[in-house]
Amino acid sequence: MMKFIYMMASPPHFYRLAGKWLPWLSGITLLLLAAGLYGGLIYAPTDYQQGESYRIIFIHVPAAWMSLFIYIAMAIAGAIGLIWRIKLAETVAVCSAPIGAGFTLLALITGSMWGKPMWGAWWVWDARLTSELLLLFLYLGVMSLYSAIPDKRVASRAVALLALVGVVNIPIIHYSVEWWNTLHQGPTVTKFDKPSIDVRMLIPLMVMAVAFKVYYVWALFLRVRVELLERERNTQWVKELLKMNKG
Amino acid sequence: MTPIRKKRLLLIVLMVAGVSVAVGFALKAFNENLMFFFSVTDVAKGKAPAVKDFRLGGMVVNGSVKREDGSLAVMFDLTDNAEVITVYYDGILPDLFREGQGIISKGKMRADGVFEADEVLAKHDENYMPPEVAESMKPKKP
Repeated sequence: MMKFIYMMASPPHFYRLAGKWLPWLSGITLLLLAAGLYGGLIYAPTDYQQGESYRIIFIHVPAAWMSLFIYIAMAIAGAIGLIWRIKLAETVAVCSAPIGAGFTLLALITGSMWGKPMWGAWWVWDARLTSELLLLFLYLGVMSLYSAIPDKRVASRAVALLALVGVVNIPIIHYSVEWWNTLHQGPTVTKFDKPSIDVRMLIPLMVMAVAFKVYYVWALFLRVRVELLERERNTQWVKELLKMNKG
Repeated sequence: MTPIRKKRLLLIVLMVAGVSVAVGFALKAFNENLMFFFSVTDVAKGKAPAVKDFRLGGMVVNGSVKREDGSLAVMFDLTDNAEVITVYYDGILPDLFREGQGIISKGKMRADGVFEADEVLAKHDENYMPPEVAESMKPKKP
């Protein structure tokens, strides 16, 4: 079993496998995005209070979920890299950060665009918004720490530690709307209760959530392949690959 | 797992647990400051600052909104189903402001017990449904 995992995690093997998956991942992402956007923007009915403006949830909510999901993935990959010193896990952790930062920024910007017409304010310093902003800074911290240390393997370990310390922010973001009085509303879907959203709105929301997840895997594979090539540029398999490509 | 890996795993678990406990205590200590607004009951109990500005959150009582002719000034009652406070506001209300809706207003208490707001934000709820469903969920009038 462990042998199989080590083989899967070997850089040349992963490089080849990920290369085969890329066209599929891009195709699935585009299909799901098209279906989700059609469902969210055209098929889903208008909201009883917010009218058409609520449709921003089809971007905002999946982006916010992804910002948390990618952070957890990054921290777990970082921990695996720390404990087992698997190169692939280190690379996955490092390459997740820019994607997660992108989703966090998207959630913050779309939320702000939604907040102005609905709440009457672009930004308020309530617990949910502040902790999400902190998450963006954590991602940016991970990215800058990684690029500040020249030795990539040492850098990966430092980054993994930072990511693991920041994990404490994840439950805070999720439960902030329940622990404290916030302007941000409570959870609609992610609670131990029936989702308080009409099923015709829920389906496109879920399609968008899956689309964003597949997009993450796609973007991650692209980044990991490049990062692996750069890190392993002095090894035999990269040299052979280069020779083959030159013809 | 080799002993060195076990040690690393243990160190990581200890570190995450330690950070969680520390942050947990810090948040507990700052609990009051993390509250974005005071509820109407908090204010009635005297928890809100008397001289400083603070935010007051609650539901707009049905039928309590009174507008002044020729100005933007508006008076309405806020409740959390236990206590009621009257709010005075002179300014533009957000689109979602309506009776029965949760709102958050920023301002201070006047001597006569009226809350004078200089900002009103609407707090929308976590329910999303089409208008016809909302219509059918309203209690039927006899």
